[in-house]
Amino acid sequence: MPSLPVVLPLIAAAVLLAARPLARYRRVLDLVAAGTSAAVAVLLGILIFRTDHASTYWFAGFRPAHGIAVGIAFTVGPLNAGLACVGAILMTAAMVFSWRYFTGVGTYFHVLMLTFLAGLCGFCLTGDVFDLFVWFELMGVSAYALTAYRPEERGPIQGALNFAITNSVGAYLSLTGIALIYGRTGALNMAQIGAWVSRHPPSGLVVIAFVLVIAGLLVKSAIVPFHFWLADAHAVAPTPLCVLFSGVMVELGLYGIARMYWSVFGPGLGHRAAIGRVFLVLGVLTAVVGALYCFRERHVKRLLAFSTISHAGVFLAGFALLSPLGLAGAALYVAGHAFVKAALFLGAGIVLHRLRSVNETWLHGRGRKLPVTGALFTAAALGLADLPPFGTFLGKGWIDDAAGSPAVTIILLACTIVAAGSVLRVAGGVFYGLGDPPREDERMAAEANEETGETDSARQRTPLTMSVPLALLVAAGLATGIAAMVPRAGDALLSAAAQFQAQPQARPADVTVSSVVTGLVSAAGAVGVGLAGLYWRRIPVLRGRYEPGARGTGLADRFQSGVINDYITWVIAGLACLGGVLAAIIRLRGLAPGSRRPWHASDISCRRRSTTRRP
Amino acid sequence: MEYFPFVVVAWILAVGLHGIVTSRDLIHTIICLVVVQSSTYVLLLGVGYVTGGVAPYFYDISARTKAVDPVVQALSLTDIVVEAAVTALLLSFAVQAHKRFGTLDPHKLVEFRG
Amino acid sequence: MSPRQRLVLFTVAMAGLAACFAWAVAGLPGFGNYPGPYGPVILHDAVGQTHATGVVSAVNFEYRGFDTVGEEFILFAAAAGLSVVLRRLRDERESRPVDNSNRLPVPDSVRVPALIFTGPTVLIGWWLASHAQTNPSGGFQGGIMLASALILIYLAGEFIAFRRLSPVALLDAVEAVGAGGFAVIGLIALAMGLPYLDNFVPLGTIPGAVSSGGTIPLISFFVGLEVAAAFVAIIGEFGEQTLLVRRS
Repeated sequence: MPSLPVVLPLIAAAVLLAARPLARYRRVLDLVAAGTSAAVAVLLGILIFRTDHASTYWFAGFRPAHGIAVGIAFTVGPLNAGLACVGAILMTAAMVFSWRYFTGVGTYFHVLMLTFLAGLCGFCLTGDVFDLFVWFELMGVSAYALTAYRPEERGPIQGALNFAITNSVGAYLSLTGIALIYGRTGALNMAQIGAWVSRHPPSGLVVIAFVLVIAGLLVKSAIVPFHFWLADAHAVAPTPLCVLFSGVMVELGLYGIARMYWSVFGPGLGHRAAIGRVFLVLGVLTAVVGALYCFRERHVKRLLAFSTISHAGVFLAGFALLSPLGLAGAALYVAGHAFVKAALFLGAGIVLHRLRSVNETWLHGRGRKLPVTGALFTAAALGLADLPPFGTFLGKGWIDDAAGSPAVTIILLACTIVAAGSVLRVAGGVFYGLGDPPREDERMAAEANEETGETDSARQRTPLTMSVPLALLVAAGLATGIAAMVPRAGDALLSAAAQFQAQPQARPADVTVSSVVTGLVSAAGAVGVGLAGLYWRRIPVLRGRYEPGARGTGLADRFQSGVINDYITWVIAGLACLGGVLAAIIRLRGLAPGSRRPWHASDISCRRRSTTRRP
Repeated sequence: MEYFPFVVVAWILAVGLHGIVTSRDLIHTIICLVVVQSSTYVLLLGVGYVTGGVAPYFYDISARTKAVDPVVQALSLTDIVVEAAVTALLLSFAVQAHKRFGTLDPHKLVEFRG
Repeated sequence: MSPRQRLVLFTVAMAGLAACFAWAVAGLPGFGNYPGPYGPVILHDAVGQTHATGVVSAVNFEYRGFDTVGEEFILFAAAAGLSVVLRRLRDERESRPVDNSNRLPVPDSVRVPALIFTGPTVLIGWWLASHAQTNPSGGFQGGIMLASALILIYLAGEFIAFRRLSPVALLDAVEAVGAGGFAVIGLIALAMGLPYLDNFVPLGTIPGAVSSGGTIPLISFFVGLEVAAAFVAIIGEFGEQTLLVRRS
């Protein structure tokens, strides 16, 4: 059964392509695609609850003998099945949303969405490093093609090119890392490599293989300075796809890094505290950069994309704490964020569908005729600002608890406030007409007006197939938080995180007063930032200085230049720095015997079987 | 000579990345990406080589003959198909980029910045 | 960044990355000393376990068959994506090729060899695609050869003939059968209560015979279909862009 979440969408995609001459029965296509996604979500939901501990599925029946795996394994645990399940739910919502969204949509859209879903599930569930690369590429190829779904405009072409080239370079560097580690360990199974690595002292090979393997994942998860492609791609991809890009694809990259660290390299690398700090710095840097770019943006989808970068930084910070509580917090935050961010993108999609623009400046006050969408968009924006009881507040609370450092808490809080505040500024300005009408920026207007070809002619009312998924996603965001507040559910999540990291669970997860207070402060601060952005010109201190959303501040443009050559240069520079820092940690601090933990080879479940094949 | 193939890998990788970074033509960028990926073929086949080993095909020789690692060859095969697929897709983007922007210079293929 | 700044940053960073790479390579056992254990275990078991003498095919279609499913669908998705990106847009129309004879000005020295080699290429492609289990061949190699046969027709300047021989609907169907068939073979094993992609077909008695290998030749055949159809579709799309589509 663990193979089905990957195989079902693939077969559905093949069937749809074969039946392409019948494409005029559009609803059949929609039903098959949405139904397959829903079925995959249900399957994964069953897998989450059926596996209390990681269970391993060996393809073609090649079970490992004497600790040597010759086949490909899926290692299904609650966390990775849960992440894939969130992806499948978002995919279902996106498929329902696109029901009335596109007009000229052919079979290819559905086919590519389904192959994307299969790649996503395979990437989450696999326990084999090369298999990970294969599903990563399937997801990538489908996503590149879908980004360029409207090739008649310039934005999608730029976005798809930058997306594809940056991610491909990252993927090939990952493959280089896989080849290096294979050349030494002679293994591709994650648990087997992990066992080898933890038996040997950390060498340059292991350190650099780790850095190279996570290169592609760092690019995918848009960690500074690997993040430049994300805004270009997210701003122009079809809205249903943005839901998946921001909701799960970025998080998949982070999951991959966590998985590579915990299942493969971490136990052998040692120096946990120092390595954790490196990633914590990367995460905080990403959160800050994303928040700043988010604040100065006026293109609604691009603004949401920068907020995703900012949140990716927060997630990475959660992972980087290397404790079960930090990981559980990050996992919960990812789920809560996925639902509200997906809702925000669907809201932007409805605005684009009804008002034919995603330019905040032009839209000012024009969204008043969309009261329902406005209310849901605002609610989702508050969820993004960690308002209790959205899932985000508790996740953030756990991360803060695990960090135990006021400085980290305050910086991450400030980033959330600025990023979510910018989204609230959009909500207030567009849907409620608050604030002063902003000045028109010519370049912005030209950019946002390109966004017209995506949907058919403006409709008089919002179809139910668009508003219902939006409402359900906001509800799901709330439900995540409420469910996680149940002590048993929280503990289950925490023990799943502890098991993912193969370390004992330290303490029960609970809802602390401080997490509620932080959530409320965060939401209030975000409202404040949103209002400040709207009434900027009336605030004496700020008046006359920089105006939010105004472009042309040279430095920011110079980094986010849109030129692929620059992006690749940054990838190489970032990787060289990361490699240098990790090398310095391992070399200068020497081997710290106490810091290396024994390896639990629970993933290889049948080590002592004498046959490699069923009898 | 023991590490020479890996020097070749580093060289191909560096040349490909240099090409992407300095490229003034999108087709050139894409071909350089192929060069970058080629380094992974050499690396994969290099790490799996066994001195004196034959190709892992035992149609007319004994299955106990010393042979090189068949796994990396299978991985390279997969890698090559991935490369072909990605390259084809990227070239189609280049076709459309030329139609929309009227140029293939990556510096001018910029709709969004900042 | 200006090109100069970029080059400086790249040079410094690449030097750092190269140093990292050198440090990593120093930990490898050295060229020709592959330590295993993955490869040696496969070499030891493969012929006996799968009855295929082409061990690379055994790895591709059996031990690591699930990778190959993903790989097939990467090609499948790329071909579908290409059709999306290069579809005819509102402001484009199809034009007939130059002069009305449906032919491009291709010299006979190219046309004649191209057409002569078409038949043998099909034959070699077919042979390769059906011998994965015995020797260095298989679905990828065979599929590419089959696609080349059609591309030879295109090279001969017969683009219309090329298009008529490979209509898009047919290519889509063949691709779907190729990639989907592979996935379905795995599903049959599942329906029989075996793990996904388990080799449920009898392996045959003589290792290396065409009928040996169980599902290996079957999968290889489907892979051949997929690869051939995908590459013909890709070349067809590009050919159409070059030869037929004009901006109105």
